[in-house]
Amino acid sequence: MGEINGHAILFLFFGILTCLFSLAVVFSSNVVRMAFYLILALAATSGLHFLAGADFVGAMQLVLYVGGTLVLLVFGVMLTAQNPFISLRTAGGDWVVAAMVGGILLVILIPVAFQVGLPPTEASQLGGRADREAVTSTDPVSVPTATRIGLGLLGVPGDDVSGYLLPFEIISIHLLVVLVGAAYLARAKRRVTVRDTPGTADV
Amino acid sequence: MTEILTSPVGLTHYLVVGAVMFVSGVVCMATKRNALGVLMGIELVLNGANLNFVAFGSNFLERNPTYQLGLDGQIISLFVIVLAAAEAAVALAIVLNFYNNHLTVDVDRADELRG
Repeated sequence: MGEINGHAILFLFFGILTCLFSLAVVFSSNVVRMAFYLILALAATSGLHFLAGADFVGAMQLVLYVGGTLVLLVFGVMLTAQNPFISLRTAGGDWVVAAMVGGILLVILIPVAFQVGLPPTEASQLGGRADREAVTSTDPVSVPTATRIGLGLLGVPGDDVSGYLLPFEIISIHLLVVLVGAAYLARAKRRVTVRDTPGTADV
Repeated sequence: MTEILTSPVGLTHYLVVGAVMFVSGVVCMATKRNALGVLMGIELVLNGANLNFVAFGSNFLERNPTYQLGLDGQIISLFVIVLAAAEAAVALAIVLNFYNNHLTVDVDRADELRG
């Protein structure tokens, strides 16, 4: 047994937090608590991103997802949190079907994860820690990724990234159109009822 | 059991966490009757997939070097984050409209288009 691996301890911490809060989202029936558990799960996921060396993606996960999307979701929860809808119960039969589907999916996915994630070859696995340390010490790419990601989004292909200018522009226009459409859909329509009152009917 | 503490973190660890997130998102989408609960399930599914993208693109995990996604994985996960934000905005607008018109957020009551 070698020494305790700090990376593994941090991974276990964030991974267990992520799994626990994801399951808490499923098994909680109060929608306000579900939103809170979802925030914690996604924040723990950003910790996993940092541990995988994706510093920019982890920061964006915190800023955009936890800070933006989920705040939007919490606003939706607050706007619709009338008493009968805070905890809508699911029928027992639905739980059984969903548990079966989820269990089957998990049984399919976990072996695939173990197959795909195997270390390179049997030989290097038998080689022990010396080989592993040699492998991991040859690729310490601890360079910040933001610059290379930005160049990739501007269409400058790097050594390990291809150009993404067209998808970047498409997604920018898409986001703009979607936000305008969302504002149009969600706008208050009370002005229509005001217009229908007798005094202003000819407006 | 202590092997998980001493062995280096590999791709499998991340894939397992991503699979758990994905499956809980699917179950969440299937069981919740609140429309916002369904939305939260979608967010969980997207994040599980996102975690897999980042893990396949990472240089810090022990794995088979043939699965080398590089920075492309991180850029794709950025795209996923942006698309999730757009999807959440539109879906929330639809849910709020539905709530304004029907005074409920129960997806089982949204059956007016049933043939």
